Amino acid sequence: MRLQRNPQLNANGELIHLLSTEGLSKAVLTHILDTAANFVSVSDREVKKVPLLRGKSVFNLFFENSTRTRTTFDIAATRLSADVINLDIARSSASKGESLLDTIDNLSAMAADIFVVRHNESGAPYLIAQHVAPHVHVVNAGDGRHAHPTQALLDMYTIRHFKGDFSNLSVAIVGDVLHSRVARSNIHALTTLGCPDVRVVGPKTLVPGDMTQMGARVCHDLREGISGVDVVIALRLQNERMSGALLPSAQEFFKSYRLTPERMQWAKPDAIVMHPGPINRGVEIASAVADGPQAVILSQVTFGIAVRMAVMSIVASHDA
Amino acid sequence: MKILIKSGRVIDPASGLDANQDIAIAAGRIVAMGDTINDFTPEKTIDASGTVVAPGLIDLCTRLREPGFEHESMLESEMAAAVAGGVTSLVCPPDTDPVLDEPGLVDMLKFRTKKLRQARVFPLGALTRGLKGEVLTEMAELTESGCVGFGQADVPIVNTQVLQRTFQYAASFGYSVWLRPQDYWLGQGVAASGPLATRMGLSGVLVAAEVIALETIFELLRGTPARVHLCRISSAKGLELVRKAKDEGLPITCDVSVHNLHLIDVDMGYYDARLRLQPPVRQQIDRDALRAGLADGTIDALVSDHNPVEADAKNLPFAQAEPGATAVELLLSLALKWGQADGVPDITVLRALTRGPASVLGQSLGSLQDSIGRIVVGGVADICIYNPHDEWVVSDDRLRSQGKHTPFTGYALPGTVCQTIAGGFIAFDGQ
Repeated sequence: MRLQRNPQLNANGELIHLLSTEGLSKAVLTHILDTAANFVSVSDREVKKVPLLRGKSVFNLFFENSTRTRTTFDIAATRLSADVINLDIARSSASKGESLLDTIDNLSAMAADIFVVRHNESGAPYLIAQHVAPHVHVVNAGDGRHAHPTQALLDMYTIRHFKGDFSNLSVAIVGDVLHSRVARSNIHALTTLGCPDVRVVGPKTLVPGDMTQMGARVCHDLREGISGVDVVIALRLQNERMSGALLPSAQEFFKSYRLTPERMQWAKPDAIVMHPGPINRGVEIASAVADGPQAVILSQVTFGIAVRMAVMSIVASHDA
Repeated sequence: MKILIKSGRVIDPASGLDANQDIAIAAGRIVAMGDTINDFTPEKTIDASGTVVAPGLIDLCTRLREPGFEHESMLESEMAAAVAGGVTSLVCPPDTDPVLDEPGLVDMLKFRTKKLRQARVFPLGALTRGLKGEVLTEMAELTESGCVGFGQADVPIVNTQVLQRTFQYAASFGYSVWLRPQDYWLGQGVAASGPLATRMGLSGVLVAAEVIALETIFELLRGTPARVHLCRISSAKGLELVRKAKDEGLPITCDVSVHNLHLIDVDMGYYDARLRLQPPVRQQIDRDALRAGLADGTIDALVSDHNPVEADAKNLPFAQAEPGATAVELLLSLALKWGQADGVPDITVLRALTRGPASVLGQSLGSLQDSIGRIVVGGVADICIYNPHDEWVVSDDRLRSQGKHTPFTGYALPGTVCQTIAGGFIAFDGQ
């Protein structure tokens, strides 16, 4: 009934916020990846900076703890010559009862140009994006279970780097898909970029059956899930999920779903293994796999900086 | 005041009347009706030609937020909103702050609303103290204070033995129990379960939450008959169970909210918190079934589920936003919109807002039972006069309610209320 423009795009279809990989065209996603390719070399230079965001302020607004993602956004913004302000929101305003939009208004008054937001509630970055002034941009650094678009884009960059293109690939996403914003964003990005075979693998408690409607094949058997795939994306399994009604124990999960060198033989011989980090060694992935020749986990981290540079430079170049 | 309503199209679902008639009102009652009325000298004449004269509407779920929001004068604004929507009788659930579990609180609410001379307010008392699902309230005392039934609002009773005992105790005195069927454990989500909730990363409420609660209630009723009203059915499966239980002869009635009648989960677009509602709006198959169930009478009443929520409580991430929407002023128009879209006759549409809810209230209305929700000579003069040909656009400034959040903002809706007469008193005049 309600018709609404995708809030990530302006009237010209240009990216003004990055909130989700869903609803973005193949052209937009490809443009981000191509732009990132230009930034990869920046980190090899002696002077690791470009002046694209000189004079702009990037506010890292993490309502949920994060070290890695926040650091890579920090580095990416710094390499674009922006001023970076890191706010420990979890320990300041939110705990003093300030509402989300009041926090945003206050920081906007300090002339923020880009908000990098992580929030434990799905959809929070949408609320912020619909609230800020037209020249302010929002980049979603993870909201609840919903989306983690920069992670998905760096995953796409990594896959494209190692596999060339998406049109003949099989990709398996293994583990706690239910709670994973990375999984959702990856499914949308992969299907948009033309990947014909996306599988989500795990027990029924952690893989919702209606994910088929997102274009993924739902598998509950690891062998079926990863046989013949080109890419395995292992998801982090959080400790608090490992004993309760979702899973009986960590051991039980290992038994059925842990990626081991033996099981990796079900995948294609040249399959790559990815992980959004931080790794739970020995839980969702055996060390022999995480450190083995098929793992590209550290490349993901490196590419992550370039992808985040690309995203921030692109959104900052368009107004609402 | 003596009022003559001239030349209106009088529709009274209770008697099946649908004809142009004049109605004379004196001393708060309807004293005459017919093609022409002689020997009556009105102090005020309302020219109702081109409009529909219906019984005053009955809304089985309007939250007035009193006690709790006295500092915002919410009672005054919401009571004004009700009559502006043609509502002359309303039932308010007990989830106020504090909860309506003490006769004194009910007395105060009745006293304060009576003074306003607007809609009649029929409070529901809490079924258990503090809605905690543990200790029964003093139902006899609360009934004396004016409670028409006992409910839990949106708080399920987890302990099924307590639930059974509420049925036993209420049935001893003929009190009715009002429950929104939702399993406590499966009902923790913020949106309807389904592909949309999965995609958006929102925790879902399964249809099973409603079905399990209904099955529990029905099985207990088979052993312990009590009058139970089921509030705001949300699913096709749940409705089917209600239909079967009614066929079986269980003493139940049920209602549906305007939101579940018109909206589905995808209407939430990009996390629109105005769609944060309890129960959640579900899928198309559910909406279609609910509309058919209301038309065929399986669902007894259409309710607004009015809940004025402050802006601060709504401008939050979807899951954190307070559930609820302003709706009492939209009730009539949303009913008419349903009728127009589905080809439901006006008299059936009005039944869901008058005779239907009146029969849910039944004997708890006491001496009013024979006149509320109908137009009858000798009965109280509760009347809603509306123009079915007029349209209006929902916007903040059109709403008298302090709640401004509704998923229908911007909608052009049919039907505007011209006058609302409550107990023979013109409580709203839109002319």
